[in-house]
Amino acid sequence: MKPVAFEYCRPDTIAEAVELLAEFGPDATLLAGGMSLGAMLNMRLVRPTALIDIKRVGGLDRFTVNGEIRTGATLRQAAALSNEALMRAVPLLALALPNVGHFQTRNRGTLGGSVSHADPSSEIPLALVTAGGSLELQSKRGTRRVPAREFFLDILTTVREPDELVTALVWPKARAGAGYAFAEIAQRHGDFAIVACAAEAVLKADGSLASLAFGLGGVESRPLVTETAAFLGKRADADLAAGIADAAAAAVTPMSDFKATADYRRALVETLGRQVLAEAFGQAKVR
Amino acid sequence: MAAVTAGAATGWVGKSVPRREDGALLTGRARFIDDLEPVAGLRHAAILRSPHPHARIRSIDTSAAEKLPGVYGVVTGAQIAQVAGIIPSVVRSKMRFQVCATTKARYHGEPVAVVVAVDRYVAEDALELIEVDYEPLPGVAHLDDAIAPGAPLLFEEAGTNIAQERDFKYGDPDGAFARADRTFRFDYRFPRSIATPMETYGVIAQFEPHPDRYTIWSNFQGPFVLQPLMAGALNVPGNRLRIVTPPNSGGSFGIKQAVYAYMVLMAAVSRLVGAPVKWTEDRLEHLMASSSATDRTGEVEAAFSKEGELLAVRYKNVVNLGAYIRAPEPASVYRMHSTSSGAYRVRNLAIENTLVVTNRMPAGLNRGYGGPQFYFALERIMEIAARGLGIDIAEIRRRNIVRKDEFPYDSPAGSQLDSGDYEKCIDEMLRLAEYPALLERRDAARKAGKLFGIGIALGVEPSGSNMAYVGLAQTAEQRGKAEPKSGANASVTISIDPSGSITVQLDSTPNGQGHATVAAQIVAQTLGVSPDDIDVLTEADTRTIAWSIASGNYSNRFASAVTSAILGCAQKLALKLKYIAAQDFKVEVEAIELGGGAARVIADPQRAIGVGKLAARAHWNPAGMPDGVSAGMTETFVLDAPTLTSPGGDDRVASAMTYGFVADLAAVEIDKATGKIEIVKYVSVHDVGTMLNPMIVEGQITGGFAHGLGAALYEELVHDRAGNFVSGSFAEYLCPTAPEMPHIEIGHVSTPTPVNATGAKGMGDGSSMLAPAALANAAADALGREDIELPLSLNRLWELANAKPVTRSGTYGGTYGGTKPKSSGPELGGSLQGEGSTILSAPPAEVWRRLLDPEVLAAVIPGCSKMQRTGPNAFEAEVSVGVAGIRGVYAARIRVADQHPPSSMRMDFRANGRLGNGHGSALVDLVPEGTGTKLSYRYGADVGGTVAAVGARMLGSVTGVLIAQFFKAFEAYGSEGAAKAGLWKKFSGWLGK
Repeated sequence: MKPVAFEYCRPDTIAEAVELLAEFGPDATLLAGGMSLGAMLNMRLVRPTALIDIKRVGGLDRFTVNGEIRTGATLRQAAALSNEALMRAVPLLALALPNVGHFQTRNRGTLGGSVSHADPSSEIPLALVTAGGSLELQSKRGTRRVPAREFFLDILTTVREPDELVTALVWPKARAGAGYAFAEIAQRHGDFAIVACAAEAVLKADGSLASLAFGLGGVESRPLVTETAAFLGKRADADLAAGIADAAAAAVTPMSDFKATADYRRALVETLGRQVLAEAFGQAKVR
Repeated sequence: MAAVTAGAATGWVGKSVPRREDGALLTGRARFIDDLEPVAGLRHAAILRSPHPHARIRSIDTSAAEKLPGVYGVVTGAQIAQVAGIIPSVVRSKMRFQVCATTKARYHGEPVAVVVAVDRYVAEDALELIEVDYEPLPGVAHLDDAIAPGAPLLFEEAGTNIAQERDFKYGDPDGAFARADRTFRFDYRFPRSIATPMETYGVIAQFEPHPDRYTIWSNFQGPFVLQPLMAGALNVPGNRLRIVTPPNSGGSFGIKQAVYAYMVLMAAVSRLVGAPVKWTEDRLEHLMASSSATDRTGEVEAAFSKEGELLAVRYKNVVNLGAYIRAPEPASVYRMHSTSSGAYRVRNLAIENTLVVTNRMPAGLNRGYGGPQFYFALERIMEIAARGLGIDIAEIRRRNIVRKDEFPYDSPAGSQLDSGDYEKCIDEMLRLAEYPALLERRDAARKAGKLFGIGIALGVEPSGSNMAYVGLAQTAEQRGKAEPKSGANASVTISIDPSGSITVQLDSTPNGQGHATVAAQIVAQTLGVSPDDIDVLTEADTRTIAWSIASGNYSNRFASAVTSAILGCAQKLALKLKYIAAQDFKVEVEAIELGGGAARVIADPQRAIGVGKLAARAHWNPAGMPDGVSAGMTETFVLDAPTLTSPGGDDRVASAMTYGFVADLAAVEIDKATGKIEIVKYVSVHDVGTMLNPMIVEGQITGGFAHGLGAALYEELVHDRAGNFVSGSFAEYLCPTAPEMPHIEIGHVSTPTPVNATGAKGMGDGSSMLAPAALANAAADALGREDIELPLSLNRLWELANAKPVTRSGTYGGTYGGTKPKSSGPELGGSLQGEGSTILSAPPAEVWRRLLDPEVLAAVIPGCSKMQRTGPNAFEAEVSVGVAGIRGVYAARIRVADQHPPSSMRMDFRANGRLGNGHGSALVDLVPEGTGTKLSYRYGADVGGTVAAVGARMLGSVTGVLIAQFFKAFEAYGSEGAAKAGLWKKFSGWLGK
């Protein structure tokens, strides 16, 4: 378990980082927290020519809560979790983060690293997709912003070009009166979610559903937000939660592996979905 | 006991003395094998391992690897075989074990060659440059498959995968079954697990010539019966194979027995490259190729009277030894054999053992060593019978356990149960569990529609192995031809130096259990000094310590055997000190006592002299010793266990010195919708005899439970049916961590054993043997079905709770990628299965042509760098495949068969790369769809190597990505290609359209 020889680069600025990316292109690998990459390097699954370590890039770990909510790519998961203002501002992230790995790995793991890695079972990508957030990508060619729902293409595959650096995640402000809920099933705490569900629900004064984002992780090869338009305007109760979850379970094409079959994942979408939606509805009502 | 409790004023034994080991361990200062550089010029080894579960090795080309700067040497299995021979097993068989594969690799991870380089990085770089020409063979990993007719054979020369079959009968089982009121049968499966110590294997080996001599430093744990075996394999006399163990070893649970194969391997490598070599196993190597517990299938049948008396038990055990019968296997099958009646009074037993080889890593010692498997069968059938007979699960045990007044109890298969009060343990278990209230809680939960269950498992815990029990694998006649073997000796040396400080040398090679702490407690108490005055050496060095074949750290040997040797040795020194003091004070030796660091006259305590001063006299003034007292202050004591004799002609043997007792009760609640299981209550009552250090006892009990919990709910070394290993990292092989550990209630009942001097029974295995059965029993009770297998993963519990077909480990209930094959047609083998379809704009004839055109394929297969036709229906390609940064180059061979142009074909493929390998078949159907074609495909494949071992979770999705990329490019090529060359028109014209 020793990595291949690679050139180690540690830029101090974004400009230097994107310069290196432009130079090495697809042969470079970006290192943020290294919680996934470290193991893959040691197993020689990833064999970069250059490793660009961005953890000392100035300012990349900053976040802003006032105005637009931006979390820098190298913001540590533990740092985010321990900031009350940020967690209040981004409720889905606050609910998702305690499920990300373990206390120890969250001290190293970053928000941007998790999103860029695009593991289909990861919680942070699911939270970002469900919240309707976006990502900022920068390269020598310029800067662009990509909605999270368009960022993830497939397993470990995103629209990020080889010369681009994810610099920040941009989160929509928590909506007044909205209800948020998140839950996952994993074999052990901190394991890859077999299924994770996230929801943001806004109700009208009459208790009917005004808007809903219902996200699923671990089910298909990327985090997805289910189609819920048909349910808007209906009374947000346990029956509606069940209806939405069951419709989602019928619509998905779940992954299957040695640990969890597609049938089990589908059943969890129903069970967990009902629970998460009902909770989001309930949270929305009490506001 | 009397000896230990004497000198109660300084009663260190029985106290929770803090572990002296912990300071260094917790501050990172403890030195392990990887910290050692015992000789200058160490070079670093890395092992090339077979990526195939089963393959013939046609040739190995090491030339490129040898040329890499920093590489000192590359040796292959054939070279190693010249200096390291076969390692024999007690089973006489043609299934011979070598430490490195030569002509055939029989499991994924088997050593094939070794590189020695300046450091591990360069060594691993060089591994990638070794070209091995493998001929992959069909593999077989699952027991049912391995013994099925026509199964692929691991050893063609043996003509079977069955390594051995033996039947045993004790009493009259057939008669008892005929007389029984009721009989019950349970077909069991027990999964394969591994103990996962924090520290992996480590070996430093040095060969020196003139005369040939090997020195090996390793975190080997014994038994040292393996030393003569190693010396034999290396062809040196025993005194020229020196084994040294490091000051600390980071856990073992039995597994560091099997490092011996790597000790032999590295010794051979050192000789071949002419330099001392160091090899530290990494976690991937450990999980795929160290030493696992055996998985088993089998039947257990029990005959009962209607009152619930257990009359007879029949076992049929089919045991998976892995790829080889690596000594001391098949000991895992025979360790519990003489205890086949468990803690029960049943006198009639029938046992059939079928030992099988499969394409998995070889088995060996792992915590409980055969116990978890054995108790799973016995304790599951007890509970099944209880339900069938309408008797409470605790009551049925109470009616059958060995009674307090029956000790010592001669078990039918030979175990001598020395002491105990099993009923008291059951009472204590029920008291701690608040059993009546728990039953009410179960009733209430069930009324509320919940799945709530209670289960019990209990059994005796053998400790201090009789080295002879392995002989049960042979017939009495075979045994008769060899020298008799017996016993379980232990040796300890204690010295007091001229300055009066005390040093204890153990032969117990601890792996973190706290042997030094307990040894110091015993010696301190016996010599009347403080434990702080005593240094305990646990490093074993076969050149300097008094060792023997039984030395080492296994089968709860320390408490049961070694502590009595420590006590015996300390008593010899104590007596010597007393003689010297008695001479000084001119009293009889009986008038002297030791305590407070001094020897004093009991009747006149003012007359005292320090222990150090007394000891110094033996060094400085040997002439002044009392008559009959030898000079010097070093004593060695060798304990032997006279009750442990050779197996008799009746196949009975006392396999252990002493037998503790464990009674566990579990209550669980299972969520039907998610399969989540909550351990509502877990009670564990132990009789460990004398508790030498209660804190250490409870630590061991908790740890034993953690291993049992892992086996019950989480852990399994999974192989697909072809033998590809898919539990290659701790992301796949799930051990319980602190959050998974429930609170356990620990209870103690102490009946000191009369068979040794301290009264201590061993207790390290403990609940690792019983928890899997107890939790399975509780789950069965909750689910209302008996046909359950471990581990009780979420997926499996959900299937069981919802009456779904249960997915067998190593297979997929559904398929990867969600595309579950629904279409009919010939069966495609392989665990990776999928299907799909795509619409292409070209008509079938053109699609057909392109699918078989190497030029087109080269252009559309993502990452294809080479594609050529090698025959009318065969292609070879080189493809760089992967997602994200995980990319590997694969050499692929494709053969097209069953061609029905332009509508269907079959493609058989095989690919090999550094990261993995795969083979399988795809069926392709082309049907006109408008002006284009609907292409439908179905595939089945097996994937092996690293990508399967650590990436199985993602393989399905990745396959989906690659197929999508292929068709996208295929379609794009069509539009470009047609515009550019008009090939399509030409082709259509040719077809007359």
